Amino acid sequence: MSKLTMKTEGDTHLVVTRRFAAPPEAVYRAHSDPKIIQKWLLGPEGWTMPVCINEARPGGKFRYEWTNEKGVGFHVTGEYLELEPHSRIVHVERMYLPDPTPDNHVETRFDVDGKGTLMTMRMTLPDAQTRAAMLATGMERGMEASYVRLEGMI
Amino acid sequence: MNGLDAAFSALADPTRRAILARLAKGEATVMELAKPFEMTQPAISQHLKVLEEAGLVIRRVEGTKRPRRLAKTGIEAMDQWLAMLRKALQKNYDRLDEVLAAMEPNKKGETR
Repeated sequence: MSKLTMKTEGDTHLVVTRRFAAPPEAVYRAHSDPKIIQKWLLGPEGWTMPVCINEARPGGKFRYEWTNEKGVGFHVTGEYLELEPHSRIVHVERMYLPDPTPDNHVETRFDVDGKGTLMTMRMTLPDAQTRAAMLATGMERGMEASYVRLEGMI
Repeated sequence: MNGLDAAFSALADPTRRAILARLAKGEATVMELAKPFEMTQPAISQHLKVLEEAGLVIRRVEGTKRPRRLAKTGIEAMDQWLAMLRKALQKNYDRLDEVLAAMEPNKKGETR
């Protein structure tokens, strides 16, 4: 039930879906409460998020800083545009590597799905080039290792 | 640009993605590749050059022909990278499953 899906849409979008057993109220909270975000938004094993600032209100800012055991780190900053408890969050974010990446506009929906939640995260990048660069630098996106399926997936 | 950057940048163009999809079915010459695209052979050659420099396509010499095919290593490197990224995202959400499961019992008492 928890299978992650991820696919490109048009030239500039990227859509990720994931189902959760918990209701939208809980999943929404886990995406907007810094104390909870800090527990799960960590990426691969070995990374922690020592700084998690999150003002979950329209116009509010957030800043996430990650580091690994080797002391390597990077951070993301962003602003909230819209928050509709417990169904929708719209924000923009950029990653510092160390130069900022172009803004990624993200709409995250939390829809009732039986007793649980269907989360749909739709990212919009400024152009196809930026989306390609994002795929190459660290935002997640996946693809099965089938050559024929390359078309339409990236 | 490192190899992966070049590979993903190369994929940002729809014609180049179509060329890769065609080559996924097997080797082809520039002339064969140009046919479905309503593009001149030099234009296709230019796209092939980008794909070759990105390590996604290689050429073979056969008389006067230079048939192109997919470069297995380049494509695999990209696949591996994406698989790794996908794993990181999956890891996040698996963690979130646990966090949510722990939240459930005392959910009613908490307000924010």
